[in-house]
Amino acid sequence: MLGSFAVLRKQSLLGDAISHAALPGIAIAFLLTGAKDSNTLLLGALVSGLLGTFWIRGIIKKTHLKSDTALGLILSLFFGFGMLLLTFIQKQPNANQAGLDKYLFGQAATLLESDVWMMAIVTGICLFVLLLFWKEFKILLFDADYTKTLGFNTKIIDILITSFIVLAIVLGLQTVGVVLMSAMLLAPAAAARQWTNSLSIMVFLAALFGAFSGVFGTAISASQNNLSTGPVIVIVASVFVLFSFVFSPSRGLLFKQIRFIKNRRDLQLHKTLAFMYNIVESHENISHPHAIKILNNFQGYTKGTLQKLVSKNYVVLQGNMWSLTEDGFKTAANLYSQQTDNNE
Amino acid sequence: MKNKIAVKVDDLTVAYNYKPVLWDIDLEIPEGVLMAIVGPNGAGKSTLIKSILGILKPIAGSVTIYDKPYEKQRQLVAYVPQKGSVDWDFPTTALDVVKMGTYGSLGWIKRPGQKEKKAALEALEKVGMLPFKNRQISQLSGGQQQRIFLARALVQNAAIYFMDEPFQGVDATTEIAIINILKELRKAGKTVIVVHHDLQTVPEYFDWVTFLNVKKIATGPVKDIFNDDNLTKTYGINYKVSIQE
Ligand SMILES: Nc1ncnc2c1ncn2[C@@H]1O[C@H](COP(=O)(O)OP(=O)(O)OP(=O)(O)O)[C@@H](O)[C@H]1O
Ligand SMILES: [Mg+2]
Repeated sequence: MLGSFAVLRKQSLLGDAISHAALPGIAIAFLLTGAKDSNTLLLGALVSGLLGTFWIRGIIKKTHLKSDTALGLILSLFFGFGMLLLTFIQKQPNANQAGLDKYLFGQAATLLESDVWMMAIVTGICLFVLLLFWKEFKILLFDADYTKTLGFNTKIIDILITSFIVLAIVLGLQTVGVVLMSAMLLAPAAAARQWTNSLSIMVFLAALFGAFSGVFGTAISASQNNLSTGPVIVIVASVFVLFSFVFSPSRGLLFKQIRFIKNRRDLQLHKTLAFMYNIVESHENISHPHAIKILNNFQGYTKGTLQKLVSKNYVVLQGNMWSLTEDGFKTAANLYSQQTDNNE
Repeated sequence: MKNKIAVKVDDLTVAYNYKPVLWDIDLEIPEGVLMAIVGPNGAGKSTLIKSILGILKPIAGSVTIYDKPYEKQRQLVAYVPQKGSVDWDFPTTALDVVKMGTYGSLGWIKRPGQKEKKAALEALEKVGMLPFKNRQISQLSGGQQQRIFLARALVQNAAIYFMDEPFQGVDATTEIAIINILKELRKAGKTVIVVHHDLQTVPEYFDWVTFLNVKKIATGPVKDIFNDDNLTKTYGINYKVSIQE
């Protein structure tokens, strides 16, 4: 759901950076408290995720590094540090580290009921805030400078959006894992974008795709004992994306191709009809027959188009002569005026 | 001389890196003028507008609108950004974009309602875009997108309008339609400031002009200061414009 905003911001890498940045937080939280319960660990993830994000912001603002570079830098820095800590923890004799690596690839099976409740509550809060500030989010994403001139404090809106993306990611860590989290964030949104041109529907669809991938993926991984949940969920989500790219009615590749071919065929037909109309127009009687040979002067003409015109009842053939029907004449005349209309 | 001063800029200096792109600009724009800002590419025209509107933070200087700091007068000012500054693939419709012009007066959280919709539709009508109101913005032509931006500013019902190249990539008919709207605004007592590139049309469209190239070269009534001397100073080459009376 919140992934929609990341996609529209063209900050797709951000999700990746945040989730990787969360890793050292988990490790540090474990080292400090020795706790294994997920709330403490996720709190650590939240803190280090936010830290990473605002660092990235700072780097982009203060230096002239491109945002990709800044993201990459923070991502590898935090992730490297996180892995280091994890290895360190594993070497500790007393540590019961078995729980930590589930954050790498995710293991929904280890979710407790309290975790699920926690997720539901936070999601609810996110949803509420999203609805509340819908107008502000929308205008900021579309035109940040203009939003400023209207008197909105764009920094606050910005921090709000970013915090929610971070929050969503951190919550998902336990199920999907650090490595694949960004895919989980972006895939549903990318798929949803294919189906709609409205922001609200896009966000709704993204949430739906996301939820479905989650449930379906978890179900599959639960039935096959040793599968990590994260990869399965992401694969399900990717299927959505693939499907959407090919089959979406307005933006999908398949329909684009079909529409293109159909348009081209229609155009051939119309051009031929227009050509005939020009010839016929110079005669008083519309249905005066003309030789088919004349049509050879027109380069777009084929036997196929002529047959089509006949089957549409625009043209009648008599031996090697043709004439326009009343219907065909009218259609052709309309075609003409339509074209001049469109030029306006 | 005209009456009140609508916009006053004092000692404005702006830099992106180390080198200032605007240097010590002093500018007074009288109320009710239709003013062109002219200057070569990179002269700092967009930067000037963005600094006046508080989008960019200047190194030094101040901006007042009707004798009060800009921050207190925001609702008097409307902005038409350069068209290339936003992502037109954003999932929204023409009407929705125009409605954004009402967000400022709505403030936080409150949603646009019937009244705002009506205002937006009227603005669309004014710029001749009513038939396209439900069109996805990515499916509009460049000139149509420009008109949507204009409509969005009109909805704000401001006293002062800043427009960054509203004629960029529009055809002759649209250009005339837009300039007529601007002249109407002036007739209603509004102040309109336009970044403009076509020097030939300056005398025909505008009554006030500012020459800018990092520094302010000149500002004043078109009939007094729009001459070869100032053009040469601004553009650096010998410029000859035949002024049609
Ligand atoms: N974001 C930025 N960072 C660094 N330098 C910038 C930035 N934006 C503009 N500049 C520089 O500032 C100077 C003024 O730019 P500005 O966009 O104000 O020019 P302009 O007069 O609007 O030009 P144009 O006619 O091409 O629109 C230019 O030299 C430009 O390279
Ligand atoms: Mg510019």
